[in-house]
Amino acid sequence: MERVFMKGCEAIAEAAVRAGCRFFAGYPITPQNEIPEYFSRRLPEVGGVFIQGESEVASINMVYGAASTGTRSMTSSSSPGISLKSEGISYCAAARIPMVYANVSRGGPGVGSIQPAQMDYLQATKASGNGGFKMMVFAPATVQEAVDMTFAAFDYADRDRNPVLILCDGVIGTMMEPVVMPEMKGDAEIAAIKDGKKSWAAIGHELDYAKRGWIQPGNWSTAVMQQGNEEAAAMYDNWQKNDVQVEQYKVEDAELVMVAYGISARIAKTVVDKYRADGKKVGLIRPITVNPFPYEAIENLNYGQVKTILDVEMSIPAQMLQDVSLAVKGRCPIETCLCSGGNIMKKEQVMDAVAKLI
Amino acid sequence: MERNLCVAGFGGQGVMTLGKFLSQATCDSTDMNVTFFPSYGAEQRGGTANCFVVISDENIGAPVADKMDDLMVMNQPSMDKFLNTLKSGGTLFINSSIVSNDIGRDDVTIVEAPVTELALELGNAKVLNIIMLGVYVGYTGIIEPQIIWNTIEHKLGSKPKLLPLNRQAFEKGMSIGVAARK
Repeated sequence: MERVFMKGCEAIAEAAVRAGCRFFAGYPITPQNEIPEYFSRRLPEVGGVFIQGESEVASINMVYGAASTGTRSMTSSSSPGISLKSEGISYCAAARIPMVYANVSRGGPGVGSIQPAQMDYLQATKASGNGGFKMMVFAPATVQEAVDMTFAAFDYADRDRNPVLILCDGVIGTMMEPVVMPEMKGDAEIAAIKDGKKSWAAIGHELDYAKRGWIQPGNWSTAVMQQGNEEAAAMYDNWQKNDVQVEQYKVEDAELVMVAYGISARIAKTVVDKYRADGKKVGLIRPITVNPFPYEAIENLNYGQVKTILDVEMSIPAQMLQDVSLAVKGRCPIETCLCSGGNIMKKEQVMDAVAKLI
Repeated sequence: MERNLCVAGFGGQGVMTLGKFLSQATCDSTDMNVTFFPSYGAEQRGGTANCFVVISDENIGAPVADKMDDLMVMNQPSMDKFLNTLKSGGTLFINSSIVSNDIGRDDVTIVEAPVTELALELGNAKVLNIIMLGVYVGYTGIIEPQIIWNTIEHKLGSKPKLLPLNRQAFEKGMSIGVAARK
């Protein structure tokens, strides 16, 4: 397969097109502008529709509408823009509408800084809008992973009839790396995917009132509402059983285990190699899905052997730390190695943090 | 082996293009890993621009290294900002037309090329980045010159009349780089 040199944002957009995404609506914000820019050029080539909405709120609601017809649809933004979209995301989750969105996150809170950060972890994994819904959240550590995850995200979204989030940081979004693109889905396959959603999609059912699509982000009947929430909760439990993705790197004999995702994990991995070369027993657990979170991988560590867990993230205060703590259950100390505000984690900083603990 | 490069200068000096050509060529014609990471910020015209290129035969961690093996500075503010990121024993490539070689360090190798003047002599101030790219490739031998040239040729494909000028610029730089190696 031929590798091409692509910027993360552009690679995400191309992967989405190849997965059959034919509708994108978005609104500009750094550092993800290359996603809408790429779609604006690319979607008309494949008979798709690109719209630059008048705002984030308008854009997510256009995606809500387009996805309600069964068309594979996507939006993207960066941290504060994602906050603006959270109402629409919650509506999609409530109405069980499959759609994919990317958060190329930056420093926060508020308008924050435009440089890379990992400060939207809790928002992404716990509360991306009101009402307690959840989504599968993928955290790429390379541009290749961003491509593969985006391509797969549409399948997960359709399988679950639920939004899926690609949570990347400004580094993954703006850096260029060699990638191998997945095969483009053909028109027939894309049409078949859309056909498969006929039973619920709002596509007009021969003007038969009883059979029309009925997309509702909620229900006035408390019994129906509860039933919907119970079904969603069961789905969330299934993810935890079946869909966790995690990389465990040199943890078998490790005495110090780092936990890091996305760009931080990539840097932590080089630190593992550096210490391993000196015979030091350092390992890394990298959540690939941050929801469902790989609690089991951390829970099942041998705490007779692991002396310390080091949580590495580009967020102050630490956020993933909460999930790590849930898995460690107080069996060993958890230390942190953090940076924030748009500063990229330095290898030296992680090296020093490890040095203090071994 | 991993090699880290930082390219820095004024916006408009083609700093990003230089980094992209180098990394694109590496992707296209080798099986090395390579990353290109542009600085981005609330920059304005006349401000500074910089990018980072990492080339490695192993997996690349951070696309921005803590310490650079090579630093290319196209203007004085970039020197002031980035000199301390160049590792001891590293190589400093200077646009000696407008950057002083009085750096107060004797633990690095300096390769000087008056690329602003040379570009003007060639008749187009914009090719200073291609000259500097030639210097870098000539000095380091990091990649076959022909491979870089293929990438430049491909990228400039829509403007074929610029090719001879860029070819001259690249060769000029190459000769300076090769001479500095000896």
